[in-house]
Amino acid sequence: MSRRLLLIRTVVLVTALLGLNYVTWRWMFSVNWSAWWIAVPLVLAETYSLVDSLLFGLGMWRLKERGDPPSPPPGRTVDVFIATYNEPIELVMTTARAAKAIRYPHRTWVLDDGNRPEMRAAAEAEGIGWLTRSADWAGMPRHAKAGNLNNALLQTDGEFMLILDADQIPLPEILDRTLGYFEDERMALVQTPQWFVNVPEEDPLGSQAPLFYGPIQQGKDGWNAAFFCGSNAVIRREALMQLGVSRYVGEVEEGVRRALRTSRTVIRQARRRLAPDDHAVRDALDTIEGHIADARRALAGGEALFDVTFRFQQQVADVRRSLVEADLRTLQADLDVIAGLEELAESPDGGLATVDLSALDQMAHREWSPLGAVETVEALVNAVDVGRGGEAQPIMPLATISVTEDMATCMRLHTLGWRSAYHDEVLAHGLAPEDLQTMLVQRLRWAQGTVQVMFRENPLVQKGLTLAQRLMYFSTMWSYLSGFAALVYIAAPVVYLTIGVLPVQALSTDFFVRLVPFLVVNQLLFFIVAAGRPTWRGQQYSLALFPVWIKSFTSAFGNVFLGRSLDFAVTPKTRREKSGHDWHLVKPQLWAMGLLVGAAVIGLVRLAVGQGEVLGIGFNLVWVAFDLLIFSVIIRAVRYRGFEPDAVPADAGPGAGPSPGVPA
Amino acid sequence: MIEIDVHTRDDGIGVVVPRGRLNMVAARQLKEVLADLVGSGTSRIVVDMAETTFLDSSGLGALIGGLKSARQAGGDLRIARPVPAVTTVFELTNLDRVLRARDDVETAFDD
Repeated sequence: MSRRLLLIRTVVLVTALLGLNYVTWRWMFSVNWSAWWIAVPLVLAETYSLVDSLLFGLGMWRLKERGDPPSPPPGRTVDVFIATYNEPIELVMTTARAAKAIRYPHRTWVLDDGNRPEMRAAAEAEGIGWLTRSADWAGMPRHAKAGNLNNALLQTDGEFMLILDADQIPLPEILDRTLGYFEDERMALVQTPQWFVNVPEEDPLGSQAPLFYGPIQQGKDGWNAAFFCGSNAVIRREALMQLGVSRYVGEVEEGVRRALRTSRTVIRQARRRLAPDDHAVRDALDTIEGHIADARRALAGGEALFDVTFRFQQQVADVRRSLVEADLRTLQADLDVIAGLEELAESPDGGLATVDLSALDQMAHREWSPLGAVETVEALVNAVDVGRGGEAQPIMPLATISVTEDMATCMRLHTLGWRSAYHDEVLAHGLAPEDLQTMLVQRLRWAQGTVQVMFRENPLVQKGLTLAQRLMYFSTMWSYLSGFAALVYIAAPVVYLTIGVLPVQALSTDFFVRLVPFLVVNQLLFFIVAAGRPTWRGQQYSLALFPVWIKSFTSAFGNVFLGRSLDFAVTPKTRREKSGHDWHLVKPQLWAMGLLVGAAVIGLVRLAVGQGEVLGIGFNLVWVAFDLLIFSVIIRAVRYRGFEPDAVPADAGPGAGPSPGVPA
Repeated sequence: MIEIDVHTRDDGIGVVVPRGRLNMVAARQLKEVLADLVGSGTSRIVVDMAETTFLDSSGLGALIGGLKSARQAGGDLRIARPVPAVTTVFELTNLDRVLRARDDVETAFDD
């Protein structure tokens, strides 16, 4: 073990012990239960922060600094994908030219989701491939970037693919520095940093994520959980395709099971409406119910699903033919609904297994005419049969359950036993948003994507992941809960300074000797793992963007559980023209700062008239000052007028950009 | 490289015989062969894999794509005589749970 790792582990241990000691003492002995309405939220927020710190420490425990990569094997086939939707042609072409100039032999493709003739002309004029969605996608859910990549996967055939956003300009050595890792046959993915050139050193918008593209990814890497972050990553095609096929099998199995269950209900409903003397139709429905039972039994008994559905479809078709004369009058109304079945699997979120419950439910409870019921059963089983009728391609390797496809895809690869690596070397130069509004939309999108994955495929319960891998994924999701903790960290000093209610029993020596050492070692740990990379901006934004994190939770909850739209927006890549400052974008933060300042003034007045305790007021004033220091970044962000190239320091080093990872 | 033989039997069943390695490059070729067959009205297809020495997940993807179009056209696609190396790939992705390989090309559509 290196001396650095030894030091890190020592500090991790000390931090964990001090943190546990402090929070245990808080719960056991120091909660001011008489003021529970502020005391309990505060102790919960502190517990939240402790868990955050423990998860961070767990990552640092296995910090993996890979150093120089293994040399690339000759003769591998590689496709370089540049994903674009509506970015300016020239911006895409700059990236495409740089991609074409990558040294290792490869083919370069512009994946143009905007299907723009002028994009195609520009690419092809320079010998760069151009791909857009195939005809299969007409009228199907498009799944944004994940869909774009899934489409390209089936139109190309390289063993590896390098994925680039339109504004990530690759260096010529990017493949030479990453392909070597794939000599490990189980290696599915190598992620490199996202680092932005159009960011001044003080980074007012917190664009670079030097802690994430560095120690945090290296820590995850140590546990074989390095994340895929959507761009600047090389992926093994076989891993993605294997994932696509096995997901397909799982979803078809689940979908058919549900369709058969619903079919039975549909048949039973229809039979209830029959006239007592309608023997022919009753017999037909009985026959189908028998077939449904047979099919379910066959599936339970392990018979191959495709054989079962094929036979079942033929049986239902036979019954339908025998029924054609019956009940033509009531059929038309039902046929309209059956036409709607095409939409069944067509929710914005794709996967049959995840989305069609309510649609199936509605179908089950509709009043069917007998022939309509038979048609419905047929359509149901067709809809979820081998083809995944509601999707453009049966095989969708990149996950479509989230607006950020990368994290979910990577987690699924890990559940299949594939490995990933994080190579800590800047190999592409990107562009970050230069105005507050774009930045806020981007952060919200990443946060929503991460929370969607947590709600839809909670890593803590995914089979095939090790405990540490589960925790590494969970840790990123957990970090987005900081928005709620921030509310409490604002409210607590305000409450004390204005009305004198203390959430802890006493600001005693006991309190300080437990809290202060924990805070100090916690910062020390940051300092050591960062090894000179700036971390303060990240710490500021993890609290200062609390309205964004809270909105990500509420909107993702509404999306996953209530079927609402996320108001998804593609991150704009070019600077907006704007006049004046966007103060309205940060109203909650301005309110918070106003409250903190107001409370501080009231506290000082109370002290002056002899109402408050010096220690209590003083401690809370320090707290307020810290909160204001945190929020001060918002003022800088609003006042930031975009990047001036001459302000860039010559040695702007690695550090790199944010990701669907951490707010910090 | 791969060689893909195609013929249509008297009973209207199309027989596709991929000879060699069915990998990511060959997968696109197979996809086209299957799409052409279905497009020309042959929706019942047997893929005879006795001479397919290697199969990867892209090859599986092409088979599933063919299966989808065959079923949409009212037919089916069946796999016959896979060698053990190929069967292993089916098992890796759980595809063996939903798609049963037939032992014989002649009788692949008898049940």
